[in-house]
Amino acid sequence: MAMETAGRDSGGLGTYVAVYLCLLALAGLQIVLVYHHAEGTQLFLRMFSVALLQAGLAVMFFMHLRSERRNLRLSLAISTIFVLAMMNMIWSDSFRLLHFRLLK
Amino acid sequence: MGGHVPGLMEESPFAVPSKKLVMWLFIISDAVTFAALLMGYGYLRNANPNWPEPFKFSPSVLNVMLMTFVLISSSLTMLIGLRAARAGDKSGALRWTLITVGGGVLFALLHIREWMGLIGEGVRLFQNPWGVPLFGASFFSITGLHLLHVIGGVIALMTVALGYRRGRYNSDDLEIWALYWHFVDLVWMFVVPFVYLMNIAR
Repeated sequence: MAMETAGRDSGGLGTYVAVYLCLLALAGLQIVLVYHHAEGTQLFLRMFSVALLQAGLAVMFFMHLRSERRNLRLSLAISTIFVLAMMNMIWSDSFRLLHFRLLK
Repeated sequence: MGGHVPGLMEESPFAVPSKKLVMWLFIISDAVTFAALLMGYGYLRNANPNWPEPFKFSPSVLNVMLMTFVLISSSLTMLIGLRAARAGDKSGALRWTLITVGGGVLFALLHIREWMGLIGEGVRLFQNPWGVPLFGASFFSITGLHLLHVIGGVIALMTVALGYRRGRYNSDDLEIWALYWHFVDLVWMFVVPFVYLMNIAR
């Protein structure tokens, strides 16, 4: 039955080890980026991209979301992304405060 | 979760056991909690041009690299334990789950060592040697909540693993707590770059 199989077609041990090595490599890449490349916004964007990639790999392969039903994937993703997107309203106030402090 | 009697109950739209669905709902609510904390941290960091950058390569960054290695490795050992449980290998499942628990304990000890180093440098909740008093509060809130999740995961995995050996829990229960453990790993992937690596001493 679907109830018993959804979420269990998650790949073999080889897939897990490959994802594990990718996660370690991406963690290493973050260290390289922070010491040898951009600062400020560029560094943030690169770090955020790598962290998102790591999270995507972990959710899809380690947490087996890729083998769950599309209904579940969409329900979880849409609600989470909506809330996270709404939280981003704070940034304009953060920059306002920064400019205010720099002007003082 | 067993099947249903045709005609009496509709099939679940998600095709997952209710306990697993509850864990997924907990995970997304917890993800939002961590996101709120990280965004609050980002707000403070962005609004303070003289935000402290205290993390030196040695010991802080090296310690964080080791913690990351331990946590990601413990996710792999959890997966191996789950595979053993699905294959009916009780002793293998127990062994790999306990190795995962050991990884969690090691992570917690390394984390406490990291905290003690910062406390030794004079970082407190509302004061530190570098100015911006909220640095300590935001740092200890985020890393403390994560550490609390690791400790909670260690206790839960230990309980479920021992219960699994006695026949009280099955592989579905192990899978649900494995989900939680991977989530703890996932959160760390965001804590490391934003709390530590964006604030290294140059």
